[in-house]
Amino acid sequence: MPHRSPYWTPKQPIPARLYGIIAGSSFLLVLGLWSLLTYTGWVRPFFLPTPTKVLVSLWSMAQDRLWKDIGASCWRIGAGFLLSALVAIPLGLFMGTYKVVEAFIEPVNDFIRYLPVVSFIPLCILWVGIGDELKILVIFIGTFFPMLVLVAAEVGKVPNEFLEMTYTLGATRGQVLRTVIVPASLPGVFDTMRVCLGWAWSYVVVAEIVASSSGLGFMVMQASRFLKTADIFAGIVVIGVLGLGSDFLLKRAYDLLFPWSLRK
Amino acid sequence: MSPSKPGVDIEILGVSREFPAKGAPVRVLEEITFDVPDREFGVILGPSGCGKSTLLRIIAGLDFPTAGRVLVHSQEVEGPGAERGFVFQSYTAFPWLTVRDNIRFGARFRSDVAPEQVDAKADELIQMIGLAGFEEAYPNRISGGMRQRVAIARTLMADPEIVLMDEPFGALDAQTREVMQESLVATWEALHKTILFVTHDIEEALFLAERIYVFSARPARLRKVVPVPLPRPRTFEVKTSRAFLDLKAEVMALVRPDTLATAAEKNRGR
Repeated sequence: MPHRSPYWTPKQPIPARLYGIIAGSSFLLVLGLWSLLTYTGWVRPFFLPTPTKVLVSLWSMAQDRLWKDIGASCWRIGAGFLLSALVAIPLGLFMGTYKVVEAFIEPVNDFIRYLPVVSFIPLCILWVGIGDELKILVIFIGTFFPMLVLVAAEVGKVPNEFLEMTYTLGATRGQVLRTVIVPASLPGVFDTMRVCLGWAWSYVVVAEIVASSSGLGFMVMQASRFLKTADIFAGIVVIGVLGLGSDFLLKRAYDLLFPWSLRK
Repeated sequence: MSPSKPGVDIEILGVSREFPAKGAPVRVLEEITFDVPDREFGVILGPSGCGKSTLLRIIAGLDFPTAGRVLVHSQEVEGPGAERGFVFQSYTAFPWLTVRDNIRFGARFRSDVAPEQVDAKADELIQMIGLAGFEEAYPNRISGGMRQRVAIARTLMADPEIVLMDEPFGALDAQTREVMQESLVATWEALHKTILFVTHDIEEALFLAERIYVFSARPARLRKVVPVPLPRPRTFEVKTSRAFLDLKAEVMALVRPDTLATAAEKNRGR
């Protein structure tokens, strides 16, 4: 039954201030638990270092090679992701538009899509070695195949009436693709890119852990080799913040690029 | 090609349409034959799901008959074309274009109109549909009724000889629908284009039409053609006139058995 108080009414919004307070306190709770376990000495610092130690590690890493590692990872993500998007977006649009293309690509794509990306890494090393090419190739394999399906699905969401309407204005089939299907699916495609970028972050770290001499994944692996737990935590925090930051930026970009979107 | 019939825009000749289904194919249109005169406001009235929209789509060239033919100006319909505009029930104002760009949209598919002419005509249509001041608004900022007006203006912008309308006001609330009906009547009285309008609403049919083509339940047959000799220009007052109510009683009696049949079929779960 609906109630005056929204807090425990299903799907009812709550005041923005309250939302912020709850979100903040959940972070504080994690930090509090962490402090409780470490500062009291209940857990050995070798397994779980104190927040202060992680901050100190972060600071000394920032003096050292942190920026170089961030740069290396970002360049690999940028190259691999861009390459993937450059091929997957147009191909996905064609796949969603023409059943002939879908029939040709989708079955094979679905087969590859379910193979674990990590299992390709040994093969990739044989093909391209362990340089930047390896990370770029792993990101490409990891994002391209699911991206293709998601882009095609965005075309599927374009209402058929939009296409039929445009035919009755005298448009040809090719014109309908350019003037209706592409602009109508653009916001969804952009959102898809945001989701895929999250995956690219995972794959670059995995590839760098397996075989690399730079990058955030390498940094974490190196810290593990020298049993520097605080450095591992610092690395994980950096990766998390960068991922969250890029996601936030793309969300803002969406609002600026598509003020007409019906999502709101 | 058959010889041209003078004064006739659309000839529907023995049109049947079946859709493939599990078991036996479903027949939705059963040998429909009638002519739509030039510049007439014709309304196809029938119970929901009877196949009247399918006939409209066939005239538009968006669907094809299983048997029979449709001639527009004595030419057999072979696909959609700009001379037959179409307005859908669902909102089809494109969300990524402003009101003005939506209305101008069709111009990019033709090279015979100068850009200045396009802009002038778009402004004229915006005035006519009462959306002045909203030219730069995106559809997510305007109401459903306004969006539907944008869709109608976009179709009129292409200057079609025939406008096909598939329950264009079906998704609107009752008050907005009345206002839209009035403005459509005024538009037709001003432009005098041939309009073929599909609805299941008897009052709407009587208020708009010069002639009503009454369809039966599925498979749709043409039950009767009812002329509507109500005076023009028509305003909402006509809906309470004696003549209107008499016609309403007549059409209701015609439609009633099919409405009941449709309801019974729904109860049986098809």
